[in-house]
Amino acid sequence: MSKKLISLTVNGRKVETAVEPRTLLVHLLREDLSLTGTHIGCETSHCGACTVDMDGRSVKSCTVLAVQCEGSDVRTVEGLASGGVLHAVQEGFYKEHGLQCGFCTPGMLMRAQRFLVENPNPTEEQVRAGMSGNLCRCTGYQNIVKAVLYAAEKLRDKQEAAA
Amino acid sequence: MNAPAERATALAGIGESRLRKEDARFIQGKGNYVDDLKLPGMLHMDIVRAPVAHARIKKINKAAALAIPGVHAVLTAEDLKPLKLHWMPTLAGDVQAVLADEKVHFQMQEVAVVVADDRYIAADAVEAVEVEYEELPAVVDPFAALQPGAPVLREDLAGKSEGAHGKRTHPNHIFTWEAGDKAAADAAFASAPVKVRQKMLYPRVHPCPLETCGCVASFDPVRGELTTWMTSQAPHVVRTVVSMLSGLPESKVRIISPDIGGGFGNKVPIYPGYVCAIVASIVLGRPVKWVEDRVENISSTGFARDYHMDGELAATADGRIVGLRVNVVADHGAFDACADPSKFPAGLFHVCSGSYDIAAAYCRVDGVYTNKAPGGVAYRCSFRVTEAVYLVERMVDVLAQQLKMDKAEIRRKNFIRKEQFPYRSPFGLEYDSGNYHAALDKVLAAVDYKALRAEQAAKRADPKSTTLMGIGLCTFTEIVGAGPSKMCDILGVGMFDSCEIRVHPTGSALARMGTITQGQGHQTTYAQIIATELGIPSEEIQIEEGDTSTAPYGLGTYGSRSTPVAGAAIAMAARKIHAKARKIAAHLLEVGEADLDWEIDRFKVRGDDQRFKTMKDISWAAYHQAPPGLEPGLEAVHYYDPPNFTFPFGIYLAVLDIDKLTGETSVRRFYALDDCGTRINPMIIEGQIHGGLTEGFAVAMGQQMPFDAQGNLLGNTLMDYFLPTAVETPKWETDYTVTPSPHHPIGAKGVAESPHVGSIPCFTNAVVDAFSHLGITHMDMPHTSWRVWKQLQQSGVA
Repeated sequence: MSKKLISLTVNGRKVETAVEPRTLLVHLLREDLSLTGTHIGCETSHCGACTVDMDGRSVKSCTVLAVQCEGSDVRTVEGLASGGVLHAVQEGFYKEHGLQCGFCTPGMLMRAQRFLVENPNPTEEQVRAGMSGNLCRCTGYQNIVKAVLYAAEKLRDKQEAAA
Repeated sequence: MNAPAERATALAGIGESRLRKEDARFIQGKGNYVDDLKLPGMLHMDIVRAPVAHARIKKINKAAALAIPGVHAVLTAEDLKPLKLHWMPTLAGDVQAVLADEKVHFQMQEVAVVVADDRYIAADAVEAVEVEYEELPAVVDPFAALQPGAPVLREDLAGKSEGAHGKRTHPNHIFTWEAGDKAAADAAFASAPVKVRQKMLYPRVHPCPLETCGCVASFDPVRGELTTWMTSQAPHVVRTVVSMLSGLPESKVRIISPDIGGGFGNKVPIYPGYVCAIVASIVLGRPVKWVEDRVENISSTGFARDYHMDGELAATADGRIVGLRVNVVADHGAFDACADPSKFPAGLFHVCSGSYDIAAAYCRVDGVYTNKAPGGVAYRCSFRVTEAVYLVERMVDVLAQQLKMDKAEIRRKNFIRKEQFPYRSPFGLEYDSGNYHAALDKVLAAVDYKALRAEQAAKRADPKSTTLMGIGLCTFTEIVGAGPSKMCDILGVGMFDSCEIRVHPTGSALARMGTITQGQGHQTTYAQIIATELGIPSEEIQIEEGDTSTAPYGLGTYGSRSTPVAGAAIAMAARKIHAKARKIAAHLLEVGEADLDWEIDRFKVRGDDQRFKTMKDISWAAYHQAPPGLEPGLEAVHYYDPPNFTFPFGIYLAVLDIDKLTGETSVRRFYALDDCGTRINPMIIEGQIHGGLTEGFAVAMGQQMPFDAQGNLLGNTLMDYFLPTAVETPKWETDYTVTPSPHHPIGAKGVAESPHVGSIPCFTNAVVDAFSHLGITHMDMPHTSWRVWKQLQQSGVA
């Protein structure tokens, strides 16, 4: 199948590559760019394990074509920590035991960080609704909710300190 | 010198909510799951699957698939035949077609595999393989399967009246398994004044871990060595089976279970995809990756349950249970691939007398072939224990309703009493320890049970009430930690487990285990056991498992066996090191071993606080000044064969409100008290309980694999198969008591599966309780709004 050249930004780095028009974003990330933190748990956009950030929105990369990302800014779990410092959601998941097998975690983290941009001061119910596109089979969500609330507080404190 | 309490805390040993060691890689996207692996020259395999449930294969045409550029091979049963790999043995003593051999036995069965340069080309090739089928009538219902004249599914077994578990009474019959004393049970029923009977279906469900199954097989033709990375909960057993099937010496087979994205029993069996990827790698001399998609996972890999149960209780007029009888028809699908210890075709179903002291009991299970996928795995439970607990917990409620007794009171009346432990059940199991009455009292007080019942009575009396209120109780006993090798084996290998510990010269340690974590946090908790046993800080202890070339042989992680069996192996290996360390300390301190006292991380000369040697001192000495006559070094291996199972228990209570108009059920409260004996890491225990309760909620309220009359699976995507999100999932309250196991070195019993086993009947009991005043004694799962609404209609409520 003939390939198409695309250029996009992934975790702040410019990427130019040739892909088949049918190539999914998740496969571009995992197979071509070796960013295997983004996982595949289903093929119907239900599980959310493949959630990444695309131009400031959460998307499920198993149902986005790589060619749709022309010119886009994509961020994956590998780009979450900066300068060796964990993002607040990463810290929250660790501190509040928000993960077990770890398979849903990258998608959860990417959704959580975007959700907290959308709603920096959420209630527990809002966290549950905001994270409902991501499935977890291990934790029962209770500690994931705690982890997101932990991160929300941490990010607010950081914002206040900066102001 | 720090005070002992301070030093103990610094170890982060048993009892500490230590944060998890494995998290750093997972939160940074640096996990190492099977599908993350990329080897030079690696090819991708995909599977051609049957669209129908029962058919003869007339013809397979590979030509169009092979013509696609980038396709390397298309394999069918015909290609596997010369290697004698077209069929393989199952864990249950049956055989299973690796690729459909002339006949298809279930929808989505593996018919052919294609191997190609990448997964897209492989998917194209799957579409291009042409298969002609001649459809046969499908047998979906296990009762219909046993009728005279029913279509015969397994023609390969024609004329065989004996199976792996005794006599077969029909071509579609697999086994009859009995336990208990039928005559004694019949006698109890003959003379009892009160009898109840209830039929119930535990529907077919699927464990559905978030990561599907897969492997990367890499055969090195030069060295003649096979390495396979695999989503396996039991890598050592897989190595043995692969060696037996392939003829390669076991020393040249290496199975690696890397990070595993959840297992829940689904990753215990050996699947055709693994075998085909290994064959393809051997044939092509290149690494071959196979990772199934979600539809394939739900449709073809190990399902759970599918037990049609018929329960009976006999009791005195005042509610003392005197007899239990159970008959089960078990739908095993097309091949008997149940993952049970070899001698137990119905697993440990005979724990079905539960937490109750019942004098006479009998159960019988008949396994049946149908045109459905094989399986029968233990979905987050010990072997068939979920079914057993569901049966007895439902029956006790049915009896309470018949006698108009309170559902807590009838349990209290029939519980095995604390002083009866160790307790021999009517099925011959020896329960190790328990204190059910105290735990029940604690829960009833915590939720104010009386007030709940009063509220329920008021609601029932109020015609304006818009909801039905249900209160569910489940007071279960699990049986885990399989198991004593005199009773339990997998393909002849005893179900022990193992640990090897090496203490390095500078005092840190490495431990290798025969188990494999899939989210349970072994790297964290195992280190805590060693920390407490040897006085080495948890942070300085590395845990490795899952690589058969480095880890000692073990039976793996399922059936809550890691803590009861491998956890014991750790303690015992540590104690061997401890004994040697004492000798070294005595030598260094120039006293007799008997003059030394152990304190947290050191041996002290009795009566002299100033004379001591820490484990760090001793570790160094072990490598350069070991006492004369003692080998240098400080390491030990222990293979632990448990003397008995362990019997964790719990008291769960659910309160729910059912909307009378819509049938929607909302869980108002779920209170879970678990007793798993000694608690190693309370944070991890609580996390395991949250997860188990959520899986139980999913099973009770929404999971089911529905089939039509032609054997088509009607829900095999996450669109149809219910995995709850954070929105539907109830909020959990947890509590505990501690009744250590007397036979386990540290008194631990295992916990991760109790919440699944216990919560499911708790939910059903709560739903049925909401209708109990209307004369309803049972409703089959799943309790979806639609099904509950139908019951509301039938009962004249809606």
